[in-house]
Amino acid sequence: MTLDIVQMVLVTVLAAATPLILAGIGELVAERSGVLNLGVEGMMIFGAAVSFAVAMQTGSTVLGALGGAGAGLLLAALFGILTVGLAANQVASGLSLTILGLGLSGLVGANYVGIKRDPAPHLAIPGLTDLPGIGHLVFGQDGFVYAAVALVAAVSWFLWRTRAGLMLRAIGDDHVATHALGLKVRRVRFLSVLFGGACAGLGGAYLALAYTPFWSPGMTAGRGWIALALVVFASWRPLRVAAGALLFGGATVLQLHAQAAGLGLPGQFLSALPYLATILALVLLSLGQRQGGSLAPAALGRVFTPSR
Amino acid sequence: MGRMLTGLGGALLRGALLGAALAVGAGSAVAADKLKVGFVYVGPVADFGYSYQHDLSRKALAAAMPDKVETTFLENVPEADSERSIEKLARSGAGLIFTTSFGFMEPTLKVAKKFPKVKFAHATGYKRSDNVATYSARFYEGRYVCGKIAGKLSRSGTVGYIASFPIPEVVSGINAFMLGAQSVNPNIKIKIVWVNTWFDPGKEAEAAKALLAQGADILTQHTDSAAPLQEAEKQGKLAFGQSSDQFRFAPKAQLTSITDDWNGYVIAQAKAVLDGTWKSGDTWGGIKDGMVVLAPFTNMPDDVKAMAEETSTAIAAGKLHPFTGPVVKQDGTLAVKEGDTAPDPMILGMNWYVKGIDDKLTQ
Repeated sequence: MTLDIVQMVLVTVLAAATPLILAGIGELVAERSGVLNLGVEGMMIFGAAVSFAVAMQTGSTVLGALGGAGAGLLLAALFGILTVGLAANQVASGLSLTILGLGLSGLVGANYVGIKRDPAPHLAIPGLTDLPGIGHLVFGQDGFVYAAVALVAAVSWFLWRTRAGLMLRAIGDDHVATHALGLKVRRVRFLSVLFGGACAGLGGAYLALAYTPFWSPGMTAGRGWIALALVVFASWRPLRVAAGALLFGGATVLQLHAQAAGLGLPGQFLSALPYLATILALVLLSLGQRQGGSLAPAALGRVFTPSR
Repeated sequence: MGRMLTGLGGALLRGALLGAALAVGAGSAVAADKLKVGFVYVGPVADFGYSYQHDLSRKALAAAMPDKVETTFLENVPEADSERSIEKLARSGAGLIFTTSFGFMEPTLKVAKKFPKVKFAHATGYKRSDNVATYSARFYEGRYVCGKIAGKLSRSGTVGYIASFPIPEVVSGINAFMLGAQSVNPNIKIKIVWVNTWFDPGKEAEAAKALLAQGADILTQHTDSAAPLQEAEKQGKLAFGQSSDQFRFAPKAQLTSITDDWNGYVIAQAKAVLDGTWKSGDTWGGIKDGMVVLAPFTNMPDDVKAMAEETSTAIAAGKLHPFTGPVVKQDGTLAVKEGDTAPDPMILGMNWYVKGIDDKLTQ
């Protein structure tokens, strides 16, 4: 019985962390290439609206998820054209992307408010899923959760174990030198931005299709901003983004359980706890590894115009 | 109902849509002899909750007096930036303006001072002036009825309550619910989770899961999304809806829903302005006035349904007051003497729990 409750809590922690992992890992790649995209919240909510609309129209969760990722990618493409192509200010463009995404999501979602849908199916392997204690946690999640785990592993491997990943990081650190070496700075950055958008859209799709399976304006409720902050506090490392998201999700879920169990601590304090715990843990982590200088990609947020 | 601005995301959302709303809402041309009535909403009209219900009243007004009034609205108006929007409405010739969120109180008063001929009606506030009236609904009456239903139906004897912010409106709702539940089951327990937001479907769903895991078998909420209802439906438990009828989200779980109906008040105010009889004042309507409406009682046995209807009728008739003494505070002191009922100011400023609630209220 108690083992089941522990598992239930862990399952909800993973569910709460998944949208943050998805959006965070995408933003991490974009920032590692040197582009700061503050439009995560906008891409996420647009992804949520489009994914729900597509899923309702086609009846397919997979197509809905792809639609959500595509929607995020589309907004990211716009951002990429402005900032990478036309060298517009990244902060201003990112903020307006959030505003645009929120507005567009309301437009796309207008006809789908107040409609519910069955949540995305969960994996069920006879024998394995029913294992006591860990069955549901390991073998009983929906596709988004496995996708998030796979993405973290893939991005981590790509950035530190492949030549392309090394190039991406080098471009994020010094676009002038890498450009002089003949690397395609703008192409790599544009692709990174697109990847980030698709991930944010997928994170939004998870919210609308699996987490709380309906569409409602403003349903991301700031998760895009939390994902952005996680990337910074995780000092641009994929595993730490995942760990930070799990810690944040975990603290959120646990404080709700603590309240429900009647521990008698003030609700406002408990509500602030996830933020405090996550910031503290990630700051301590990055302090431990700091060897002078910033951990951020050196060219992050700086505009690049190739010399002729 | 104080809709507060929560989080940067919310702020940006509202800021984002404000521009569009200003362009759409306030741009319509008005015939000179018609009364122009403006509405300012804190959320999107499509929230299927608070702002949605308010917009229904705007539509009802337009339908009731199509030759005499012209309505416009601004949605997603951030509370911090509402003065501009309200002033824009006043400047564009509105004769009557409804500002529908608690946080619009000061901006409304400020603009009202500048436009003494324009009448204002502000929802859920407590400050008035010669041309600013206030109105609110006695939601606690509905919560008392819900409490009685929950007290009858809970098998585990534990009800889960998802609360937003510890303001008097929410606290009096919790107390009324508890008193209702205690009236049919003296040993009932309430578990309260504060989510510190009016609207975050994900967090509300997590709170619902936590409460259900801790043994609650009926959920009620003072937040705006349908996520808790959906969670209850998924787990085969029962729940109450909030702000508007959310039956479609949980046909097997929703017992009833406390909904706001502003139609009567809005139409009466417009009529009064047209007749020249409008006066400032405070309106606090309940079930009797049709401002608080309980959605159809569903998913319960007939005897419980009959009890709920009876309770609702008794409150409407003035025979039953949810806060009828003796009402004992959590610390054991007597708040309302036997035979008395709580006066309105006490309910409007309620910052204590009734006996039997385990949660601690932070002051």
